[in-house]
Formats: sequence, structure tokens, C-alpha cells
Amino acid sequence: MHDSLSQIFIATMLSNNFVLAMFLGLCPFLGVSGKLNTALPMGAATTFVIMVASLCAFGLNWLVTALDMQYLRLISYIVIIASAVQLVEMFLKKTSPVLFRALGIYLPLITTNCAVLGVALFQTAREYSFLQAMTFAFGGGLGFTLALVMMAGLRERLRLAIVPNVVQGTALSLMLAGLLSLAFMGFAGLGSGG
Amino acid sequence: MAASSLNHGQKQPTNMEEFMEGIWKQNPTFVMVLGMCPTLAVTVSAMNAISMGLATTFVLVASALLVSLVRNIVPSQVRIAAYILIIATFVTVVDYAIQAISLAVYDALGAFIQLIVVNCIILGRAEAHAAKNPPTRAAINAVGMGIGFTIGLFALGSVREILGAGKLFGIALFGPDFQPWVVMVLPPGGFFVLASWLLLFNWLDSRKAAKAQTEEGRIHA
Repeated sequence: MHDSLSQIFIATMLSNNFVLAMFLGLCPFLGVSGKLNTALPMGAATTFVIMVASLCAFGLNWLVTALDMQYLRLISYIVIIASAVQLVEMFLKKTSPVLFRALGIYLPLITTNCAVLGVALFQTAREYSFLQAMTFAFGGGLGFTLALVMMAGLRERLRLAIVPNVVQGTALSLMLAGLLSLAFMGFAGLGSGG
Repeated sequence: MAASSLNHGQKQPTNMEEFMEGIWKQNPTFVMVLGMCPTLAVTVSAMNAISMGLATTFVLVASALLVSLVRNIVPSQVRIAAYILIIATFVTVVDYAIQAISLAVYDALGAFIQLIVVNCIILGRAEAHAAKNPPTRAAINAVGMGIGFTIGLFALGSVREILGAGKLFGIALFGPDFQPWVVMVLPPGGFFVLASWLLLFNWLDSRKAAKAQTEEGRIHA
């Protein structure tokens, strides 16, 4: 892989958006996108965890490859992600108790966010260099935040709309996500060419 | 809900009820809406859907069995970490097994095989069911859940493959004049097809509720 950094950044944020094109991190996307003012901190926290996880995964991958123990890669990744989430939790609790309370149960749930493990796995599969991996993680996190915030805005609007009973709930969210995903397909090709 | 009746402990559900729980009442895809990432990402064809379903079923059953066996040994403070490690181990097994059995399937599913680790269904089942029940019961329930998940994936994968490519299991269904509905195999199609399935079930549910509230309804649609 010899993509330039800007290509990777644009591609992961827009044309290959984690949520809307690669289906990573759908659980928080459908779960936390109800309100605009929690969507943004959630996105920021996830971006941070993704960056930390990507950094750790990069080091770990080097280690397991050097020791020729690739079969331990997945297990070590998940352990490091769980620890990173714990770290963020303690950090937030100390520095911003308000934010900590607002995020509540969703903070520990970042551990099972596919986007976090996805970044670690994809950067390994694509053999990114250190800078490429960090750009990939940052772009992915921003893309996740973007999708989350847009979805939250749409859902806040929809709460006032009159919707038939059968469409309420998850079906409606999925329809919205489909439309957003369709819109993001307009970015197709961005950041892929040379 | 079947899950709440489990906790009362007085009247244990029969093995058949345990088995059917995941297939119908608590179907992971259509009722609980869990494990959405693999559900939407790999269901571009029926074959992918079935392979993913089987891989997940294996991890589900194996980890439920092991979690249930160690449920009295693991201290409750570290249980989640222990469950995740158990699950990750079995996912590694599946990952290498699929690579050995069929490289084509392995390439088609890509990183999503390893992402089974963070599939909420598996951890959810380990925590909510396997950790509270003896091994046989946990395994039966996990098999049902796995089959229910596979059915859900197949329902999505087959619809998307038929509409988006005009094929099922790679066999062309229509004549050469068929114009594929390409968006169905692209990401938005996944959202739309799942939303449509949910709509169908919502509609059936509301119709059933309107018809007769006491009637239990047929087990299978």
C-alpha cells in the first residue's frame, strides 16, 4: 500500500466512511444517535480510543510478528483495546466528570465497538506504515463522528414528524441510515485515485 | 419475553423452548437487532451470509459451553475480560479454520471473521444466559441463537443477491435481459433490505395484535 496520507484521510472519512460504507460501529451509531449533544462527545471519545488503540495495535503487531506468534494477534488486540477504554474512562472521570456522566454506559461499550477493533485489523491487513496507520485512525474516527452527528440531527428533526406506527423505532433509523449511506456514495472515488 | 421467564427459576423452560428462543422469539437479527456490523457488511450474497452465520454459530456454541463450564470459577469482577478472551480464542480458531478450508470464503469475508469477537450477540449470550445455566442448556440455547442469526443473515443475503445480481448462490435466476438493481449489493442496500424486513415483521406484529390479543400466533411465518 503506497497511498498518500491525504488520500487515506479523505477516503476513510468520506468515501469509505466507517459507519455508512464499511458497516463498522453500527451499535453506537443506532444507539447513541438520539440526541445531538451526546453524539458529539461520544464521537470524540471514540475517535480518541480509536487513535490509542491504533497506536497500541501498531506496536503489538510489530511485537507478535517479531516473536512469530501471529495467532495471538487478535487476543492481544482485544485486551489492549479493553485497557485503552479503561484508561479513557479514568482520564475522563478525573478531568471532566460532567462528560463522564453524560456518556454513562456507552463509554465502556466502546470496547465492543467494531470500529475500534476494525481499525486495528484493517491497518494490519493493509500493512500501513506508522504515519499511515495514525492518519487512517484519525480519519476513521472523524468519519464516525460525522456520521453520528448527522444521524443525531436527522433523528431530532424526525421526533416532531408524524410517522406511521409500523415504521417507528429501528426500522426508521435503518431507513435514515440507508439514505445517508446513499448520500455518502456521492463521494465514491474521492481519495482512491492517484 | 422468554428471557425474563428464565430468571424466575421456578419453572425451567424445556429444551425445545430453549432451542426455539433464538430462532423465533428472541431472534438476534430481527427481534434484538444485535450484531449489526457483520449482518450488513457481509450479506452481499447468500453464500457469504451462510458462511458468516456458521462461523458465528460455532463461536457462539463453543464459547457458551466454555463460559458455562467455568461460570463458578471465574470471579465476577473479571468475568467480562475472561469471556472476551474465551471468545477471542475461538474466533482465532475459526479464522485459521476458514483460511484452511476455503480461501475464497476467507477473502470474501475479510476482516469480518475476526470482528466476530466484538459481535454483541456472543458476549450478550455469554453474560445473559451461559453464565447462569448448566453447559447442556447453554449449548442448546446457543445453537438456537446461532441458527436464528444464520436465518437472519440468509434472509438479508438472499434478497440482496437476488435483487442486486439476479443470482442465488451464484446461479443466475433470470434471463440475460435482467437489469441488476446494483444499489442492493452496495452499502445502502443493506440498510434498506434490513429496514424492509423489520417493517414486514412490525406490520405482521401489529396486524396480529389487532386481530386477537390472546392468540399466540403461529410459530413460523
